[in-house]
Amino acid sequence: MSDDVVIQVKGLGKKYIIGGPQEKYHTLRDAIVNSVKAPFRKFTRQGMQSMNEFWALKDVSFDVHEGEVIGIIGRNGAGKSTLLKILSQITTPTVGEVDIYGRVGSLLEVGTGFHPEMTGRENVFLNGSILGMKKAEIEQKFDEIVRFAEIDKFIDTPVKRYSSGMYVRLAFAVACHLDPEILIVDEVLAVGDATFQKKCIGKMQDVAGQGRTVLFVSHNMVAVQSLCSRGLHLEQGSVVMDAAVAQVIHHYLKGSVTSPETVHWNALRSAPGNDVVRYKRVAVTPRDCNGVAPIIAMDTPIQIVVEYWVLTPGRKLHLTFHLLNDQGIVVLTSGFDSIEHETGEHSAVCEIPGNLLNSGGYHVKLLVVQNGNRVIHNVDSIVHFQVIDDGPRTGAWMGREPGVVQPPLQWQTSHTNAIPIPLC
Amino acid sequence: MTLPTPSSDEPSKGEIRVPTLKIRPPKKWTPINFSELWHYRELLISFVARDVKIRYKQTALGFLWAIIQPLFLMVVFTLFFGNLAKVPSDGIPYPLFSFAALIPWTLFAEGITRSTTSMVSNAGIMTKVYFPRLIMPISGIISPLVDFAIAFVILIIMMAYYGFIPTIAIVLLPVFILLALMTSLAVGLWLSALNVKYRDFQYTLPFLIQLWLFASPVVYPASMLPQSWQYIYALNPMVGVIEGFRWALLGAKPPDGMILVSVGVIFVLLIGGLFYFKRMEQYFADVV
Repeated sequence: MSDDVVIQVKGLGKKYIIGGPQEKYHTLRDAIVNSVKAPFRKFTRQGMQSMNEFWALKDVSFDVHEGEVIGIIGRNGAGKSTLLKILSQITTPTVGEVDIYGRVGSLLEVGTGFHPEMTGRENVFLNGSILGMKKAEIEQKFDEIVRFAEIDKFIDTPVKRYSSGMYVRLAFAVACHLDPEILIVDEVLAVGDATFQKKCIGKMQDVAGQGRTVLFVSHNMVAVQSLCSRGLHLEQGSVVMDAAVAQVIHHYLKGSVTSPETVHWNALRSAPGNDVVRYKRVAVTPRDCNGVAPIIAMDTPIQIVVEYWVLTPGRKLHLTFHLLNDQGIVVLTSGFDSIEHETGEHSAVCEIPGNLLNSGGYHVKLLVVQNGNRVIHNVDSIVHFQVIDDGPRTGAWMGREPGVVQPPLQWQTSHTNAIPIPLC
Repeated sequence: MTLPTPSSDEPSKGEIRVPTLKIRPPKKWTPINFSELWHYRELLISFVARDVKIRYKQTALGFLWAIIQPLFLMVVFTLFFGNLAKVPSDGIPYPLFSFAALIPWTLFAEGITRSTTSMVSNAGIMTKVYFPRLIMPISGIISPLVDFAIAFVILIIMMAYYGFIPTIAIVLLPVFILLALMTSLAVGLWLSALNVKYRDFQYTLPFLIQLWLFASPVVYPASMLPQSWQYIYALNPMVGVIEGFRWALLGAKPPDGMILVSVGVIFVLLIGGLFYFKRMEQYFADVV
């Protein structure tokens, strides 16, 4: 085990019993009745069914190094929150062990312990205390917290009088000033308006930038990609992938994507389109596909292949596609010149050069245009593909560069003047 | 469940790294981590402060409520038990006799009421943040001390009115207050742990407290019981607490074996309660 491991998880598992004692509100009557039934339970089918085991976590193992920012992603019910709860000591593991080196601060909820009858000031102290801050620490950061929350005038009014936005901002302000060596955050960025969310992500970037270790659970892939260097993909309680964040997100999104990379329709009847054009096949592939699994990397030239039927003769048509990224931004559009189409099958192939697109997910919208000016059919998200960043990493930066496009550009550097210019 | 105590680790590169925190599957019996409790003392104070602050918020009478209940009970008891039923009171004027008992009694009754529901009503916090769960019932028995202090002032005034000067026994008063708190905690631990799983307990509580009131020497003196029954009577820990309280304060009947029996019961209940609580602790977050 290397010296900078701050969290070591070995074979962690958590079992819940559903339909069993902890499920229902338990009354003494139930307990007495259950204990009378107990000897007979083995012989009844109902007894055997009612004790169902559910493993929320199965054999989870990973190491976290100091300063890493790890994004834990997965579907709802994958076990992410259970993992965080165990790491935060809120619930106990059934099997396995965790060793932690350093002070842990957990943010599983915003505004834990806030009491509506108490004033903002009192709640800041209570919430801070609950989160693990000492009174002296809270006093020191108090003014900063109030300023961050932008509720200076109202700090001494009972919180029940606050608007929901004020409540969230105050709760968040306290949470953001939690300063542990290891920070565990669960989905708390899901609240607040856009400006405030940006502020909070900014604060989290500061925390991550200061070399703190962060474990971050979120469904917001943009946040995960921008904050985290490493990703952990959980599915049904097990770790299915533990790698650089771009790859893990790609792997996760691939599993949840609704439109694939290739679609085709065999029958005209079911194919999308109208009485002029119907699509037969749309595919996005690497240009030099040699039959092996088609991974589209950032430097791979991509082909968009569209095979379509034209049903009405004599029309001047062309196809245009819009390429959109995961944030819904249109990256580029392109279409061929309008030509007169005869009835029958046609195909059109467009090549997007490599070394242009940034890593991430993209989807394609196809449009059929008549006479160069009238869109007679369009279909959204007909295919979807991922561009992976598999370039070698030099240096410590593990994140994804922002930007819609990411062409490698040329730089020329030179030393122009040997004598340093005095500053004044 | 968790032991933030250092332990040896496999050495790497000649250094021995000691985990700050080891998380393991819970064992049946885990010792109480007193240093951890001390570490979280500020949180305990925060919870107590919160409970005290919100108790009387937006009430017109505020903290006066702390004395209204015992005062009214005293008036009713004096009328019906003292005057009508002519219950003896060990030579002490009945109002003072009953009020002096009602004050530690209220401390106890409020303590166990707040403790029992402490974990269930703080379920939200318990499922989101870690702190030693013992903090919850402990905060439940400490917060009524504020009400106790206020009512105590009234008691002093009553003592002055009746011309009662405390004897040297008064120095033992803190001991009996402590015993009252320990009884509160002992019962509170059992009830709060049980209540998490079986919500019946918070509903039986008012009934239980009423019964217990009459099983304790609040409206009548312990001397009323026949000698042979007195030691069995003293199995009720509040017997020792109340008789001791009255003795320390008013110089009533000096203590005898009864108080020792009660003290013994208090310790047994407390230690048993701590064990039971620790045993159930691992399930709280999953069940609450």
